[in-house]
Amino acid sequence: MSTATERRVPDDDAVVDTPPGNRPGREALTEMSNPHRARAIKDVVARVVMWASFALAMIPLVWILATVVLKGVHMLASPTWWTGNQRNINSEDFGGGARHAIEGTLQMVGFTALIAVPIGILTAVYLVEYGRGHLARAISFTVDILSGVPSIVAALFIYAVWVTAFGFSRSGFAASLALVLLMIPVIVRSTEEMLKLVPNELREASYALGVPKWATVVKIVLRTAFSGIVTGVLLGIARVMGETAPLLILAPYTKNFQRDLFNGNFPTLPMMINNDRLDIGLAAAAERMWAAALTLILLVLLLNVIGRVIAHFGAVKK
Amino acid sequence: MSTLTGVSAADQTPGPDGRTPLQADRASTGRVGDRLFGGAATVSGVFVIVLVTLIAIFLIVQAVPALMDNSASFFTSRVWAPGGEQPAFGILEFLWTTVTASTIAMLLSVPVGVAVALFLTQYAPSWMRQPAATLVDLLAAVPSIVYGLWGLIAFAPVFKPVQSFIEDKLGWFPLFAPTGISGGTICFIGVVLAIMVLPIVTALSREVFDQTPTAHKEGALALGATQWEMIRTSVLPFGRPGVISASMLALGRALGETIAVTFLVSALADGNPWSWSLFNGGETFASKIANNASEFSNPNKTGAYIAAGLVLFVLTFVVNSIARVVIERRKAFTE
Repeated sequence: MSTATERRVPDDDAVVDTPPGNRPGREALTEMSNPHRARAIKDVVARVVMWASFALAMIPLVWILATVVLKGVHMLASPTWWTGNQRNINSEDFGGGARHAIEGTLQMVGFTALIAVPIGILTAVYLVEYGRGHLARAISFTVDILSGVPSIVAALFIYAVWVTAFGFSRSGFAASLALVLLMIPVIVRSTEEMLKLVPNELREASYALGVPKWATVVKIVLRTAFSGIVTGVLLGIARVMGETAPLLILAPYTKNFQRDLFNGNFPTLPMMINNDRLDIGLAAAAERMWAAALTLILLVLLLNVIGRVIAHFGAVKK
Repeated sequence: MSTLTGVSAADQTPGPDGRTPLQADRASTGRVGDRLFGGAATVSGVFVIVLVTLIAIFLIVQAVPALMDNSASFFTSRVWAPGGEQPAFGILEFLWTTVTASTIAMLLSVPVGVAVALFLTQYAPSWMRQPAATLVDLLAAVPSIVYGLWGLIAFAPVFKPVQSFIEDKLGWFPLFAPTGISGGTICFIGVVLAIMVLPIVTALSREVFDQTPTAHKEGALALGATQWEMIRTSVLPFGRPGVISASMLALGRALGETIAVTFLVSALADGNPWSWSLFNGGETFASKIANNASEFSNPNKTGAYIAAGLVLFVLTFVVNSIARVVIERRKAFTE
C-alpha cells in the first residue's frame, strides 16, 4: 500500500509545468491534493479487485481438479484399470479397465497428428518463408476461420462428406478427419510463432554460404525451431484429445478392444465418459466416469508437461 | 539435380561472371528442391483455403434441400419437427439460448480473466507468478467434457439456491422471471461456460501483458503514475489487440461448445410459452445437434441439423472476422 502513496505525483511537478504568471497559490495546492487522494484510492481499489479476481477465479478451477481427482483416483490405483476393458461389464457392475479407451484415444490422435502435422507445418512455412501478398493473407485469414470452427461443425462437415456424400459408415477414421480440421490451425499458429523467432541472420548466413532456400528452411530454420514446433504439436494433440463432439457424431463407442480405425465402433476415453454418464445414478458407472475423466486429464497434462519441458530446454537462444 | 547434401547442380554451375549468382531473395528460383518444397508449402496453404471453402459449400448444399421443404420459418419459428411429410423447423430457440449463454459467459469471463492476467503479470509476488501461470495454462488444456461433468454433479446443487434467491428477489424483472425450471438453465450454462473459457482468456491475455515494453511501464511510473494508472495507460493499450483476440477465441469456444452444454441443458417441452427469462431451459445449436446424432439416418432430418450447424458456422465466422478486422486496425495504429 505504501508504494501506492509514494508514487503520487509530487505537487511540485504540477507547479513547474505551469507558466509563472498563473502559478497557483498555496490554497490551490491544498485543493489539488484531493484528486491525488482520489488517484491513490483508485490505485488501492484496483489492487484489491485484482487480488479478489484471482481468488474468485481460482475457486472453481481448483474445485474442478479436486472433484475429479478425489472421485477418480482410487480406480486408477487398481492395475485392471490399465490392462482391462469393459467387455461384459454392465453399467451396475464395478470394475473393469480403460485400456481399450486409452489405446483408442492415443491411436486416434496419433493418426490425426500424422495427417495434420505435415499440412500444418508446411502451411506455416509458406506463411513465414514464402508467402507474400494476397494468397498469404487469404491463407492466414482462413486459418483464423478454421481455428474458430466449432468441433460440432467440423463433425457435421465430415459427416456430410464421408457418410452422406460418399456413403461410408461412421468409424474412428471419420472422427480422425474431423479432429484433423481442428488440429491444423493449432499447428499452423504455433509453428508460425516459432519460425518467426528464428533470427534472420541465420537465414542470411545460410544464403551467404550458397545453400538453396529449401535447404535453408529445412536444415536451418526448421531445425532451429524444432523444439518449439514439437511443443506446438504436443499441445495441439492435447487440444484434440478431449474433443467429444466429433466422436459423438462420427465414432460410436464400444466396450471392447478395437484397433481398426476404419471399420466399426471405436473406443475412446471421452466416449467412455459419455457412455457412463448416461447411467450416472449407478455408483459403479459414476465411479468409472470420474476415473475415465481423471485418466483423460492425466494424458492431456502429461502431453502439456512434456511439451513445456521440451520448450524450456530447446528454446531459441537470442 | 538436388542431392542429399542439399547442394544442387545449380550451385556448382558458376554464373556468367564466374560466381554463383545467389541472393537471399532469389535463392528459391529454379532448383528442383526449391520448386518441390516451395510448391508443397504453397499447396498446403491453398489446401487450407479449399478446406474452409468446402466446409461452407458442403454444409450449404446439404442444408438447402431440407430448407426448401421446410414449412415453417427457419429463423423465427421455435418448432423443431424436421421429419415426416411436412417438415417444420426453426432455430429461434437455439439462437436465443446460444447467444444469451455465450453473452453471459463473456460478461463474466473477460473482466475476470483480464483482471487475473493483470494480477499475474503486475501484482502477484514473484514467487507466485510462474506456478500460478502454469496452473492457468494447464487448466486451459483441461477438456471441456470435464467442465461439463463438474457442472452437472458438483456445481449444479450449489447454483440452485443462488438461482431461487435471484428469482425470489428480482423475479419481477423479465430476465429473471421464474419459469419452474431449476437445473440446466441458460444462466447456469452461461456461468459454467464462463468458468470453462476463463483460463483461455487469462492465459492468452497474460502472454500479451507480459510483453509490454518495460520502457512504456517505467515511463508511465516516472511521470508519476500510480500502478493502476501505469496499467491503464501502458499495459492495457498495448495488450488490447491480444485481449480482443483472446476474447473472440473464447467466444468462439462458448458458442460452439458441445459436450459440456449437452450434459447440462434441460430441453424444453414442445409448445412451451416464450420467455425472456435467463432461468428458462432450452437447447443450443451444438447440444441440439449432438443430442440427436442418432437421428441422422434420415437425410431430410440430417439436412435440418446441418442447416442449424451452418448457422453456427456463420455465427463463429462473423465473430472471427470482426476480431480480425479489429486487430488489423489496432496494428495499423501501433506500428
